[in-house]
Amino acid sequence: MPNTNTARYTASEEFPDLSKHNNHMSRCLTEEIYKKMRAVQTPNGYTIDSAIQTGVDNPGHPFIMTVGCVAGDEESYEVFADLFDPVIEARHNGYKKTDMHKTDIDPAHLKGGTNMDPKYVLSSRVRTGRSIRGLCLPPHCSRAERRKIEQISCEALAKLDGDLKGKYYPLKGMSEEHQDQLINDHFLFDKPVSPLLLASNMARDWPDARGIWHNDKKNFLVWVNEEDHLRVISMEKGGNINEVFKRWCTGLQLVEKYMKESGYEYMWNPHLGYVLTCPSNLGTGVRAGVHLQIPLMSKCPQFDEVLGKLRLQKRGTGGVDTASEGGTFDISNADRIGFSEVELVQMVIDGVEFLIECEKKLEKGESLESDIKGLKQK
Amino acid sequence: MAFNFSLTKLLPIAAVAAAGGAAYYKLGSNAEARLPPTRKLPFPPSADFPDLSKHHNIMKNHLTPGVYAQLRDRVTPNGITLDQCIQTGVDNPGHPFIKIVGLVAGDEESYETFKELFFPVIKERHNGYDPETMVHPIDLDSSKLTGGKLDEKYVLSSRVRTGRAIRGIPHPPMCSRAERREVERVVTDALQGLPKDLEGKYYSLKTMTDKEQDQLIDDHFLFDKPVSPLLTSAGMARDWPDGRGIFHNDKKNFLVWINEEDHSRIISMEKGGNMKSVFDRFCRGINEVEKLIHEKGWEFQKSDNLGYILTCPSNIGNGLRCGVHVKLPKLSQEPRFNEILEKLRLQKRGTGGVDTAAVGGTFDISNLDRLGKSEVQLVQEVVDGVSLMVDMEKKLEKRQSIQHLIPK
Repeated sequence: MPNTNTARYTASEEFPDLSKHNNHMSRCLTEEIYKKMRAVQTPNGYTIDSAIQTGVDNPGHPFIMTVGCVAGDEESYEVFADLFDPVIEARHNGYKKTDMHKTDIDPAHLKGGTNMDPKYVLSSRVRTGRSIRGLCLPPHCSRAERRKIEQISCEALAKLDGDLKGKYYPLKGMSEEHQDQLINDHFLFDKPVSPLLLASNMARDWPDARGIWHNDKKNFLVWVNEEDHLRVISMEKGGNINEVFKRWCTGLQLVEKYMKESGYEYMWNPHLGYVLTCPSNLGTGVRAGVHLQIPLMSKCPQFDEVLGKLRLQKRGTGGVDTASEGGTFDISNADRIGFSEVELVQMVIDGVEFLIECEKKLEKGESLESDIKGLKQK
Repeated sequence: MAFNFSLTKLLPIAAVAAAGGAAYYKLGSNAEARLPPTRKLPFPPSADFPDLSKHHNIMKNHLTPGVYAQLRDRVTPNGITLDQCIQTGVDNPGHPFIKIVGLVAGDEESYETFKELFFPVIKERHNGYDPETMVHPIDLDSSKLTGGKLDEKYVLSSRVRTGRAIRGIPHPPMCSRAERREVERVVTDALQGLPKDLEGKYYSLKTMTDKEQDQLIDDHFLFDKPVSPLLTSAGMARDWPDGRGIFHNDKKNFLVWINEEDHSRIISMEKGGNMKSVFDRFCRGINEVEKLIHEKGWEFQKSDNLGYILTCPSNIGNGLRCGVHVKLPKLSQEPRFNEILEKLRLQKRGTGGVDTAAVGGTFDISNLDRLGKSEVQLVQEVVDGVSLMVDMEKKLEKRQSIQHLIPK
């Protein structure tokens, strides 16, 4: 957003005041690094100032350690590596700039998760994001680029058939009635209101070129041009996360195949895996989770410790930044990079099964001491 | 790759992505060089044209595909583009009943660089004023004001405000942190040199104490981080509260806001109806500040055809809002109240300022016009208009007719 007139002032005069800040960017950005990054731009004209604006404007979040910087294009991660590398390392548990990421979206490699107890597992969901190579990301894309992303995505999605056959619903011109339906289905995404997103310019030109695609069966869903080019979601009621994952893998790969036929591909490299807007979503971009009814386990004083060992995180049932209701929690993988998709979903399956066992024991009034003691850090 | 750029280049360099590897542009050793916008633009302007079909603002009325095609690839010397100027109008469709501009100037040069859009917008917003042919009159000689002491039984307070921008520095939507800090420095330096009755203190939003904050709130002086999407989508709230602050004199009747919606907003006010005193102090304060910044080699943004240049096209000319809080419970109930205001070239607002409702028949009444009339003219119009309306109120109290008083 700022103008490009960098010549008249030194980096020191331009350096943001981060004294009251606590996010990954503010912890990693030194004046030296800023000075070096300020002298360059990506080929699309994205600057370090644009990348860090969200972290400057949002000093800290009460519940989460936010990242505080975003990528405007694929090249941002390279051009501003001096900032992004340490941020990625801090955010992703020590993932180094020399580490390689592995991708595995073969559902045959997944074990179990076909019939998790529906008394506890209310619903299962897997989501990720994808970016289309050659086009700028939501913080920086022009209206024409955003419309192009919509066009490419729709063309590919239109080729899906069978259980995946579906339709695209642009946000622009959507009827009130249809809007209500999508809200009831928990499908609709709305114009961002979080200052974290607004400050990075992702809500520009709303609702131009934004929309929702879903299959007729309403269990495979794609968001176009929200926080990433594409968010691909597979979900269903109950505990068959294995099936959810299978459908997700199939859908993702088919969409990629059709895009390639038109000459496009996803942004991906061996170090960062799939490239997305927020550094927190790099690697797999996967959040696989369930809505889990664990009123007793969640009150256990070692609940957070257990989650940590299982490499899981909890959220309220409204998603990020919401509170849980009636002992029902959204439980999902904590990691994104350094593990493959299969490995992450496996961790969710194994972890959720463990939590269900704990809940059952607590229902019978039994102690969890030995289970928790014997639990190894994954 | 190193690039050297001429300072006079107004058009963008077509971007050429470096072949292979980590592609980036390096600033040459020439300290005067700027980094131009390097965006690849493989899409024609028509592909980028915003969808304004549901929009109601002045920008929409004049941004045709043809105008957009002409202007999309132009860039001001500070690297500002048309898309940046219109973003607020694209993101805020507006309302059929409320006319907003939908456009901001990223810098002084935006008005001329994008004049194919800015000039017709100005013409519509300012009653047909044509920046192409007209000259805006400036007159800050408050001695020319006649009358100006309004009936305090009705007029509760009097206020004059304007804005000023520092030449050479982009406006709040687009300025960088260093530029914003420079504005803060330039203006606060000047304010330190003010004469006795205007002497005061500067409170930086970043460092003010809780106690100071409470006091400023009680005095109704404090401005807060913008929440209006009209302002936030234009980028004015970036880096808050860095570089923002409030100056006021010890007498608490002369106040300067720094880096809110404009580089500076200058306000003179006092309780009661002595608009003459308010306007005297206003002119003296502004003229002093201008003199003091000249001494350091700075000047205000100003041109013959646009007058004083500010962020929003609605404020250019003199940026002057001269107003009173006045009790008109009977007159405001008259069916012809709005017509009277219109004829007197006045507007009404609630006592909370823009977009608020009136309370108990007390209104904020101020000048409607900005561009095309001088400061003295506008303040005179307010003084005369409010005097007349107070007379009407008095007549209505005595159940007398006001027909003959209504201007033609």
